[in-house]
Amino acid sequence: MAELTLVEAVNRALAHELEHDPAVLLLGEDIGVNGGVFRATLGLQQRFGAARVVDTPLAEAAIAGAAIGMAAMGLKPVMEIQFSGFIYPAMDQLINHASRLRNRTRGRLTCPMVLRAPNGGGIHAPEHHSESPEAMLAHTPGLRVVIPSSPARAYGLLLAAIRDPDPVVFLEPTRLYRLFKQDVVDDGEALPLDTCFVSREGRDVTLVAWGGMLHEALAAADSLAQEGVDCEVIDVATLKPLDSETILRSVEKTGRCVIVQEAARTAGFGAEIAAIVAERGLYSLLAPLERVCGYDVVMPLARLEGQYLPSVARIAGAVRHTMEAA
Amino acid sequence: MNAGVSFRIDFFRFLSAEGDLDPSTPAEAIEPELLLGLYRAMARTRAYDGKAIALQRTGKLGTFASSLGQEAIGVAVASAMRSEDMLAPSYRDHGAQLLRGMTMVENLVYWGGDERGSDYAVPRHDFPICVPVGTQVAHATGAACAFKLRGEKRVAVAILGDGGTSTGDFYSALNMAGCWGVPLVVVVNNNQWAISTPRELESATATLAQKAVAAGVEGRQVDGNDAIAMRHAARLAIEKARAGGGPTLIEALSYRLGDHTTADDATRYRDPEIVRREAAKEPIGRLRKYLNARGLWSEEQERRLANDCAEEVERAVAAYLATPPETFAAMFDHLFARLPESMRDQYEEARRFASKGGGDG
Repeated sequence: MAELTLVEAVNRALAHELEHDPAVLLLGEDIGVNGGVFRATLGLQQRFGAARVVDTPLAEAAIAGAAIGMAAMGLKPVMEIQFSGFIYPAMDQLINHASRLRNRTRGRLTCPMVLRAPNGGGIHAPEHHSESPEAMLAHTPGLRVVIPSSPARAYGLLLAAIRDPDPVVFLEPTRLYRLFKQDVVDDGEALPLDTCFVSREGRDVTLVAWGGMLHEALAAADSLAQEGVDCEVIDVATLKPLDSETILRSVEKTGRCVIVQEAARTAGFGAEIAAIVAERGLYSLLAPLERVCGYDVVMPLARLEGQYLPSVARIAGAVRHTMEAA
Repeated sequence: MNAGVSFRIDFFRFLSAEGDLDPSTPAEAIEPELLLGLYRAMARTRAYDGKAIALQRTGKLGTFASSLGQEAIGVAVASAMRSEDMLAPSYRDHGAQLLRGMTMVENLVYWGGDERGSDYAVPRHDFPICVPVGTQVAHATGAACAFKLRGEKRVAVAILGDGGTSTGDFYSALNMAGCWGVPLVVVVNNNQWAISTPRELESATATLAQKAVAAGVEGRQVDGNDAIAMRHAARLAIEKARAGGGPTLIEALSYRLGDHTTADDATRYRDPEIVRREAAKEPIGRLRKYLNARGLWSEEQERRLANDCAEEVERAVAAYLATPPETFAAMFDHLFARLPESMRDQYEEARRFASKGGGDG
């Protein structure tokens, strides 16, 4: 057992798979000697060699395309994109090829690859470094989209992502990389994909969040507890495919639902969860469902970042509002 | 740090448009069995191609991309590959694919709108055709990297068109291949047209082969309508890659004698007189003239080959037309290794309406 930050847990999971599966290799910009811009691959090239921890030219589309070719030929590439805003050049390869190679060849060729990238804001990063593109990825049939919210979940979910026989987009909340440490057992035990986790049990309101926002939701739950409001907090973890049963069970119990999402509001992933609750959980609801989201504006630079990101106060306000409704 | 370099791009042609052989042609490039194999494969490709267009015109096939006049390129490349090598083709490369083992039935099934057409019985490891132009170069680069990392003596080959060399994917993948020295051959079928956009509006470069120079990769030009030179250039590049010599780009100069696809009408944008002039340089007649002159090919053999090809094509068409569509379940069965539980409702919904073709069929 070791006390690890989230980025250290990612490093341990990568090392574990490199050590135990000769088909696994890492590729990305500056991941070798430099250990990646966030140091997620620190020490791995020294340990496993330049043939398995591969520094690439600065070309996200080519990295993704090459990973597809590697995966189709039997390797298990784990590619790193430096910042979430730089995923976009790779989208063509992800959407047109990685996500559908199995389907379009009727299973003859498959694409067991992982795309890792930091996700979201909150660290006063430069322009294009704080995006939250998970909804457009989750909208793509054939991709799994996973966003961990703690060191232990990052470790277990990344192991599962690498072992999955299909492409997985693994988005690591930048603001959690070094926010806190947690005991992580480096025993190679994967967590289940396609499962939501109940991070805090409660009776009155269901708070649904993922990635960096889970901690804002938990902080809001702590604060509301002092007012006598008992929140259940769900960590979505795998956005696609979504485990809606866990969310619906919770809403059935609480009768209230607040969805917290860092990305812009319209057509965000929270809208999908809201639709599912409306379709299948409507009669459990005592109050209208609420969403606390980033605004439909361009992700601001550092000085206005706090104005944009869902805050504990905004989340608590939405919860109080649902409590007042019924 | 280098400061100031110069480069040259060599051009290869052994067989002139009139069918005359350059005396410098290497002996191994003109072995009779090799040339007869290339000739038969090109004729087979053209017979198939013509029938596919006819099927589309009569409403029995979806959109199809003809390779008319460019048969030498794919056939030469596939003939120089080993079965364990990997091909990442574009949508115009059935010449190469048929020689690699893809069947005519599979290709018809694909263009007929059925994913099973990309589930080739042979070769299992080739990529299906790439529709988003240029992206397949990265797949081949990755495959070549996998071969190199595992110490396998295999080569990856990507084929794309002249328009494909305008994409960032083409260049960034070639650049990556150059950095890594992987066993890759990129073949550019320069048929002078990207739908209606002529070669000179795609790039101001004097050749497309020189784009390889900017990636640290050897680039050469070949007369893509000269099956002998094309085969020779492909063999040299593939064997160089296999021996650890790194990637090569071959620009094959050809001409698209047909429309871009059956959905296109090239008379809207190009002069039929130029097309007629280019047709005189096409690869099959050119090689036949040479084979006839060497006494390697007779009228009788030509008749028999035409008959054989026509019969094979007819059998394939019959098998294709007799292929029933998949059921609704196929949409779901191959999305993931195992269908996620969360999709069960959608599967059941599709099943309820399946017997009526989705509802209104």
